[in-house]
Amino acid sequence: MQTPAPFEYERAASVEEAIALLTRHGPEARLIAGGHSLLPMMKLRLARPETLIDINGLADLDYIRVEGDQIAIGAMTRHATVLESAVLAEHYRIFAEAERVIADPIVRNRGTVGGSLCQADPSEDLSAVFAALRGQVVIRSVEGARTVDLGNFHRGPYETAVGDGEILVEVRVPIRTRTGSAYEKVERRAGDWSVAAAGAFVQFGDDGSIADVGIGITAVGAEHFTCAPAEDLLRGRPPTAEAIEEAAAICAASCHPSADQRGPVDYKRHLVGVLVARALNRSIARARGEAA
Amino acid sequence: MTATEIPPPDAALSPAGNPLGFGRMLRKEDARFLRGQGHYVDDLRLPGMLHGAILRSPYAHARIVSIDTSAAEAHPKVKAVITGAVLETLNLAWMPTLSGDVTAVLATDKVRYQGQEVAFVVAEDEYSARDALELIDVEYDPLPAVVDARHALDPDAPVIRDDLEGRTDNHIYDWEAGDAAACEEVFAKAEVVVAQDMIYPRVHPAPMETCGSVAHMDPVTGKLTVWTTTQAPHAHRTVYALVAGLPEHKIQIISPDIGGGFGNKVGIYPGYVLSIVGSIVTKAPVKWMEDRSENLMSTSFARDYHMHGEIAATKDGKILGLRVNVLADHGAFNGVAQPTKFPAGFFHIFTGSYDYPAAHCKVTAVYTNKALGGVAYACSFRITEAVYLVERMVDCLAFELKMDPAELRMKNLLRPEQFPYTTPTGWEYDSGNYPAALDEAKRIAGYDELRREQAERRAAAAEPGADPAAPLMGIGISFFTEGVGAGPRKHMDILGLGMADGCDLRVHPTGKAQLRLSVQTQGQGHETTFAQIVSHVLGIPPEDIEVIHGDTDNTPFGLGTYGSRSTPVSGAAAAVAAQRVKDKARIVAAAALECSPDDLEWEHGRWYVKGDPSKGQTMAEIAMASHGSLELPEGVEGHLDASVVYNPPNLTYPFGCYIAVVDVDPQTGQVKVRRFIAVDDCGPRINPMIVEGQVHGGLADGVGMALMEVIAFDSDGNNLGGSFMDYLLPTSMECPSWELGQTVTPSPHHPIGVKGVGESATVGSPAAVVNAVLDALQLRHADMPFTPAATWRAMQGRPLRPDLAIE
Repeated sequence: MQTPAPFEYERAASVEEAIALLTRHGPEARLIAGGHSLLPMMKLRLARPETLIDINGLADLDYIRVEGDQIAIGAMTRHATVLESAVLAEHYRIFAEAERVIADPIVRNRGTVGGSLCQADPSEDLSAVFAALRGQVVIRSVEGARTVDLGNFHRGPYETAVGDGEILVEVRVPIRTRTGSAYEKVERRAGDWSVAAAGAFVQFGDDGSIADVGIGITAVGAEHFTCAPAEDLLRGRPPTAEAIEEAAAICAASCHPSADQRGPVDYKRHLVGVLVARALNRSIARARGEAA
Repeated sequence: MTATEIPPPDAALSPAGNPLGFGRMLRKEDARFLRGQGHYVDDLRLPGMLHGAILRSPYAHARIVSIDTSAAEAHPKVKAVITGAVLETLNLAWMPTLSGDVTAVLATDKVRYQGQEVAFVVAEDEYSARDALELIDVEYDPLPAVVDARHALDPDAPVIRDDLEGRTDNHIYDWEAGDAAACEEVFAKAEVVVAQDMIYPRVHPAPMETCGSVAHMDPVTGKLTVWTTTQAPHAHRTVYALVAGLPEHKIQIISPDIGGGFGNKVGIYPGYVLSIVGSIVTKAPVKWMEDRSENLMSTSFARDYHMHGEIAATKDGKILGLRVNVLADHGAFNGVAQPTKFPAGFFHIFTGSYDYPAAHCKVTAVYTNKALGGVAYACSFRITEAVYLVERMVDCLAFELKMDPAELRMKNLLRPEQFPYTTPTGWEYDSGNYPAALDEAKRIAGYDELRREQAERRAAAAEPGADPAAPLMGIGISFFTEGVGAGPRKHMDILGLGMADGCDLRVHPTGKAQLRLSVQTQGQGHETTFAQIVSHVLGIPPEDIEVIHGDTDNTPFGLGTYGSRSTPVSGAAAAVAAQRVKDKARIVAAAALECSPDDLEWEHGRWYVKGDPSKGQTMAEIAMASHGSLELPEGVEGHLDASVVYNPPNLTYPFGCYIAVVDVDPQTGQVKVRRFIAVDDCGPRINPMIVEGQVHGGLADGVGMALMEVIAFDSDGNNLGGSFMDYLLPTSMECPSWELGQTVTPSPHHPIGVKGVGESATVGSPAAVVNAVLDALQLRHADMPFTPAATWRAMQGRPLRPDLAIE
């Protein structure tokens, strides 16, 4: 049996209490939500927090709702809830498509949106989804709440903008009209981390050109899980095969994959091109109301 | 189905609704397993039990400069810290392997693979034991590691086994079988010769339950009891007696419920020995249970064969000969678990299911800085490698001849009238109708229709403007001949112990029975299958027959369960024991009915007087009479039991034909197994449901090995498959709904004709999937596993080496 190193355990009954416990126990304390990343790392003794602060009691952070022109997702919303959400399905099919290939049902029943983002694994799928949609996160501390764009959220592998004494409480994505979205992932086996994955949304303008577009890429060292130059290239252009191909090529060339047992660098780059193109094409078809 | 199932001896059902013999019935053991009430080694809690944990080497190859255990010993909950130096004082630092080598229990001089055992901590609880491991300070002097087996014999390769007197290289053995000269002649004249290198990479059996043991040396009685995860309790007891110098009658090995073995639980691991030493040192029971990474990194791996095959044939596809050179990576110690006279296992059965005169193999085994093992994962002593080789070579030949691989196989399969058939390498196949199995598989698959669909898809893909993402369809065939049920004992032994198995059958006065076996189930349903064997002969309801196994104090001696040998060997023992009870029951019945035994006839479960069926004795009545006051004929003892040791006259040879249909994404390299058709012939099926379950599991193994399972090593010798995030086992998502079929060819030498099926699907299926993938890609060869990256790189003509880290 794998056993973690000794640690203290606290249970928070409210966001305020979680923040107070984080402040009291200092930087060696960790929040635990679903625990499907943190606990295995602790059992392998790769992570050794001195204190675990359990926030599974914070049911008030478990929600998906429309607030004005945004969708707000509570940090404690489980993957399974995201997968089944009618609100998200109505606006962005990318969520369900990404969620159905995240780990397995057991993990999805327990793992949370906030936990996934804060774990900031370089192969995390929701990071790519929110990066594509250009979401924002809401972070609270004793000083109050602050909002951070996804583009500024990830500071590196396993590092985020969430500081000591802070807790991520919500993720927001803007609602867009005339939009389609999709997610494409290649994994060696169901439940494995991505070899590479790409997500996209495409929004059409009145003239039939691409008014706005977002691309999310994971597991291949894409900066901030996206590729701004490829988005810039597509914005304002008609959705031609050539444009898509060009954007996909930019994504493939600009990411920084590393070779591992999931694949060599040349394959991962190639894969990014294929998956970005597929995600964009399906997003376009959906934005047009075609089956895809 | 073209062949018919052999009907059960009668259609009557037991009071519980079970067949009185062969047929489908729910597994007797499932009531506890499905309720989570199985009892495994790790469930055991003894009063005063302590917990052990093993410190393992982070290096693949390093000299041990010093080990400081003082901080660990000072831990308040630590009871003992054992190092190799401590074991040396007990003459236990090294132990014999099952292949005539030695292996370290705890490293003394060097560590020779990552994950090797260095120290053992015994503490009050498992957490403290693991905490204390971090307090042990080991100073290592790292050495260059031998990782690539192809460089193990280079003149400048570091010598791994400098513990062995006079050792100057990493060579273990050369071994040959077949006729090299005959091959030379055939190959020189052949119209077509196809040569191909291929790797059957290192994989791991990865049973759900990892290995472990609880050892208790009772200081009062001097008796050692070991509850342990073993497939071979009696063999383990003898080895402990030999290694530790303990008297065998003072050792009891108990193997409770076992959560999967697949060959992983045949060998004796340092952890088992350490729990025993820990118990002797602390005078308390000591539990050691490895974690997942320990299991994957240090216990018996499987395969790791680098093969160079050559096949000779005529232009029209008649195979003339097959020869192969193998470089076998055995890891740092030769710890292969196989019969003594077979250093490469049964690999030389590689001639497969075909009729040709010339065959030869040469196997060169080498040491590398990797864990030991080599025979495991349901491989039937390396028949998996053999079948993979021949089935790939036949497809390579079909590729070069541009022949349909089904047609090529049909042209070369052994014909039914050739059995019993002696192969060019000396195996005597007992029985078979191979063309019928191939035809049946093709029929279920709709083979011709599949080929038509494939041709249409290929034509469409060649059209201008075709969808570049359209899947590439591949169809792969594998035909296998297994060889299971080792011995005979005169040819086959392990550490000098002949491969025969005992069985005791005892019918109680009320007609209920107990059957004691030397083999040990790991989940394959022995408690049901063996009860059905006895029921088949005696007509006693299966629910009234208790199967007892996994306890050396309560079962007869025998070599255990591996190599699909339970039903072929112990199943035969059970059938013979039941037959002896039946014969004795006839004498008792005759005495009770006051007639001659010759006047009696048998109907299932009852002897009756010829011509007067109303006058007879049921087994229950006979059982009571056997134990009662009935006067028995001169020389006939009371009671109703039999004791048998079954020494198989030959292996049994199950066979089958598998067809896989895959779709490959040409852009991403992802492989989807669309369909899998498996026709198995394992003789009569005792419990068809259990047989199908065994086949299902083996087919999943095959998909796993073909598409994802592999343990690779980086250039420093780091194990890259040390967790279930790195070592991928297939899930239901990767498995199609299996399409099973059967033919039935009984074994002529087995008392009830059965052949064993535990490993057939694992042996036969990888080649079918690989052949299908390569058919889709229209490539002659590339090595498995076909991960998306490997498939894409194969398509690019730059294939990956599966045994090395991807760079």
